[in-house]
Amino acid sequence: MNIIAVGLFGAAGALLRYLMGLWIHGWWPSPFPFGTLIINLLGCLMLGWFSTWAASLASLPSWLRLGFGTGFVGAFTTFSTFSVETVNLIHAELWGSALLYVMSSFIGGLVFAWAGYEIFQIQLRRKSKGVQPS
Amino acid sequence: MTINLLLVAIGGFLGACARYGFSTWFNKRYPAILPRATLLINLSGSFLLGLLAGAAWGDAVYLLIGTGFMGAYTTFSTFNVENIQLVRNKEWKALLIYVAASYVLGLLLAYAGISVGMTMKG
Repeated sequence: MNIIAVGLFGAAGALLRYLMGLWIHGWWPSPFPFGTLIINLLGCLMLGWFSTWAASLASLPSWLRLGFGTGFVGAFTTFSTFSVETVNLIHAELWGSALLYVMSSFIGGLVFAWAGYEIFQIQLRRKSKGVQPS
Repeated sequence: MTINLLLVAIGGFLGACARYGFSTWFNKRYPAILPRATLLINLSGSFLLGLLAGAAWGDAVYLLIGTGFMGAYTTFSTFNVENIQLVRNKEWKALLIYVAASYVLGLLLAYAGISVGMTMKG
């Protein structure tokens, strides 16, 4: 059951990555891989938020937790494309772009995953304030 | 266009299942602080996607196995969320090893994959 959910959500994540990549490239054609960078950072924000939200919600069924987190967001983002694109930039001697790509993925990935986690903490604090009697 | 979407979806289905299956099995068998399952997945996927890119066996093969399977098999979001968990648990040594091994070995293996793939060009 869980593995089927991971597969189906994963197929949806891969499709969204493919279509978003084509769309971003059409809208902003450049040798710099903006498509993968935007997808990967957006995915870090989503998974940072979702994994802390899901951890706080014991009643969330495991197929949905694994389907959306491991399947959808996991398949939406990609590490292999990032590695190959970086090597392609180096092969094309676009050293500045390669360095910028690695650094923005490295720092951006950590910042966006942390931001997703922090956004949930802020929501949690607001919620607990809301239920207190005034 | 429809066939392209189908290829990416089938590859994505199998890639996500392979990642979930492998990491569940591996983490149960070899539990550790360092998320070695994701590391092994991202490194092997970087090599294999490089090989596919170098070999250039055509668009259909690349969409199914490259964009679909390898794209979904490897993951950037899980890698970074695991990094944040290591930060929260103050596992600085594991964090440093995980980040350095992922980026340095990932790029080296993608480079090696492309080089091997180019020798296999049809």
